Amino acid sequence: MAEHIIELQDVTKYFDDNLVIDHVSFYVNKGEFITFLGPSGCGKTTTLRMIAGFDLPTSGKILLNGEDISRLPPNKRPVNTVFQRYALFPHLNVFENIAFGLKCKRVENTYRNDKGEEYKKKEKLSKKEIREKVQKALALVDLEGFEKRSISTLSGGQQQRVAIARAIVNEPEILLLDEPLGALDLKMRKEMQIELKEMHKRLGITFIYVTHDQEEALTMSDTIVVMADGIVQQIGTPVKIYNEPANTFVADFIGESNIFNGTVVGEKKVKFCGKTFQCLDKFEPNEPVDVVVRPEDIQMCAPENGTLVGEVISVVFKGIHYEITAQVGKYELVISSTESREVGEKIGMNVSPDGIHLMKPKYTTNVFEGVITKHNTVKFADGEFECDVTQLYPGSHIDEEEYLITAQGEKIDLTDVAVRVEVGLNDIEISDDAEAGGTTGKIISIIYKGDHYRLIVRTEEEEEDFVFATDDLWNENDLVSVIIPKDKIKLSLKNTEEKKR
Amino acid sequence: MKIPRFSRKTLCIPYAVFLIFFVIVPMLVILFYAFTDRNMHISFSNFIRFFSDPTKLSTIVYSLVIALITTVICLVIAFPVAYILAHSRMKKKFVILMLFVLPMWINFVLRVNALRELFNLFSSLDGLEGLANANYFKTVFGMVYDFLPFMILPLYTTMLKIDRSLYEASYDLGAGAVTTFVRITIPLSMPGVMSGVTMVFLPSMTNYVVSDMLGNAKVTIIGKFIYEYFGTDWHMGSMVALVLLIVVFVSTWLSGGFKSEENVRGTTL
Repeated sequence: MAEHIIELQDVTKYFDDNLVIDHVSFYVNKGEFITFLGPSGCGKTTTLRMIAGFDLPTSGKILLNGEDISRLPPNKRPVNTVFQRYALFPHLNVFENIAFGLKCKRVENTYRNDKGEEYKKKEKLSKKEIREKVQKALALVDLEGFEKRSISTLSGGQQQRVAIARAIVNEPEILLLDEPLGALDLKMRKEMQIELKEMHKRLGITFIYVTHDQEEALTMSDTIVVMADGIVQQIGTPVKIYNEPANTFVADFIGESNIFNGTVVGEKKVKFCGKTFQCLDKFEPNEPVDVVVRPEDIQMCAPENGTLVGEVISVVFKGIHYEITAQVGKYELVISSTESREVGEKIGMNVSPDGIHLMKPKYTTNVFEGVITKHNTVKFADGEFECDVTQLYPGSHIDEEEYLITAQGEKIDLTDVAVRVEVGLNDIEISDDAEAGGTTGKIISIIYKGDHYRLIVRTEEEEEDFVFATDDLWNENDLVSVIIPKDKIKLSLKNTEEKKR
Repeated sequence: MKIPRFSRKTLCIPYAVFLIFFVIVPMLVILFYAFTDRNMHISFSNFIRFFSDPTKLSTIVYSLVIALITTVICLVIAFPVAYILAHSRMKKKFVILMLFVLPMWINFVLRVNALRELFNLFSSLDGLEGLANANYFKTVFGMVYDFLPFMILPLYTTMLKIDRSLYEASYDLGAGAVTTFVRITIPLSMPGVMSGVTMVFLPSMTNYVVSDMLGNAKVTIIGKFIYEYFGTDWHMGSMVALVLLIVVFVSTWLSGGFKSEENVRGTTL
């Protein structure tokens, strides 16, 4: 088994009151090229900064070769960083920039004194050693002869190379790269991707790479850690992550995908888009599942031979393939194929069992913690909603003074009673009108599920999420109000010690 | 019909006129007066008189020393203040900065007067009688008090512009706090140091209000000298002004103030 060079154990990080990293644990094997991938704000850079030592975890441990380094300052860690915007020292030239780390370094040399006893001395590197090392590093990044150049005269790509040379010249055990190619143009980026990969092979040290570019991650990494919302969504090889996404977020974030709501109907059989398909994943019968089908896994055929039959509604040429969208009943499917089709043409479609990926839906219902108010409404997620409190006690009713009378005739004041609020995925509506609903929030996620969209609306104060399905297309970051019909709010008591009167 | 067009050059005319009448012409007048005698004949007598008079020469030296000490003290006080302000994450740091800068907004003569009264008060206390005659100390104290904001502000703005990731890069490469300060913070603050030094050093050589009011008129600096001569002898006054000009020019040149390209580098990147 490979050695674990870095291990995060249950690491949590708060910035003030914001939870940025939520109980993250994983390990990095020695010598591998690992990538943290995720949308901006998912916590990938914070994780990297904690490994570098710029940020300290609020709780949890970071182990380097089995030793806890969570509290060690950055200058005591055998890791070096290539910064997002290079962070080269503007007052130093190329040579001085690269030599900076070497000049700080003290090496332990062993000497013999006159009596032949060995003693150790911590010494600076000699000028000659530094010069040799810098030259070696410059050769590695193809910048020989640039020693005397001032940083401001270098192009973005050259600065990038200096930044890499400055980090690797210190022979770190781990090289951390924080979106290092973000500022380069596409062609340059592709070249640097290949060079970095080469460099990783040649140096044999561990690379930890942060990016939001899924293609970059797939191209370069041995292992990808997909992150979102401060949580690790999936860890695996690029092939595994692409072919077997752990949830709809990963499927949606990495590559194109068709995502449907499906139901397991039998042994390795799943129903979606109104048809039953053979699949490879085993789930309990009648279990609701998310079904992910990659566009390239849908084969087109003659209408009479297809499990699904539909009409082509758009064809987009993408260079190597065509992206064809087909309408099957109320569902839309995206197909990628080297063959083109005419818009309006009827086509049949088949999906082979290994092209169908089933996953447990992340959200089956919305659960909140709420409090009943004086007026028998319920307060949760920054808002107040009308609800039917009599469901808390079977057979109860409300008297004219707004007290609850149980079936046994007991009078209960529900004010401030804590309740668990449950709202189904199909029972929420949203509106542009901020006054229309019980609370307001921002749309933070939209995933297309073939015939509807799955939205997540997050409230501003308490950051509670409402997950629900809608047929309408909204925009991310829209501020909307959340409407829940009175009879769709399911309440249950949190603790049985309700206040009696 | 031809529409008269304003070019950028046209916009420069007012300033050019100002420059000619209030900068270039007066300079020529000073030059003319410095090298003429009372009968308006060309003469080097002022020049010879100035450099053969030990009191005049010593005044120049005194002025330089006072200005130098003032500048150094200002720098020593301002650097840590600017550093702490630029690096703190305090939400209210603007308020603290204002506290340092606010005195600039209060009338200068009033402040110096207040300081003199304070010194008088203190020197009446037991054990502090010596303060009454510590003229040089009081002069330097007053100048530091007056010119400190001019040192803090450019330092603060320069330090604020230093990319935080540079410090992180330094730590990341193995440098401790001291090494980072010496090798990153100080060199990158140099543009601010330079403008701060210029803004403190020059006025403290010529601002004789402070030395007059706090130094019991016993401390004569070069600015006072010029003022007095222009009451009686414009020719000698012009010569002293010219010498001051040269001293300022040389000291600015020595401190590298003209190497604008060097200064800009640290701040633009």
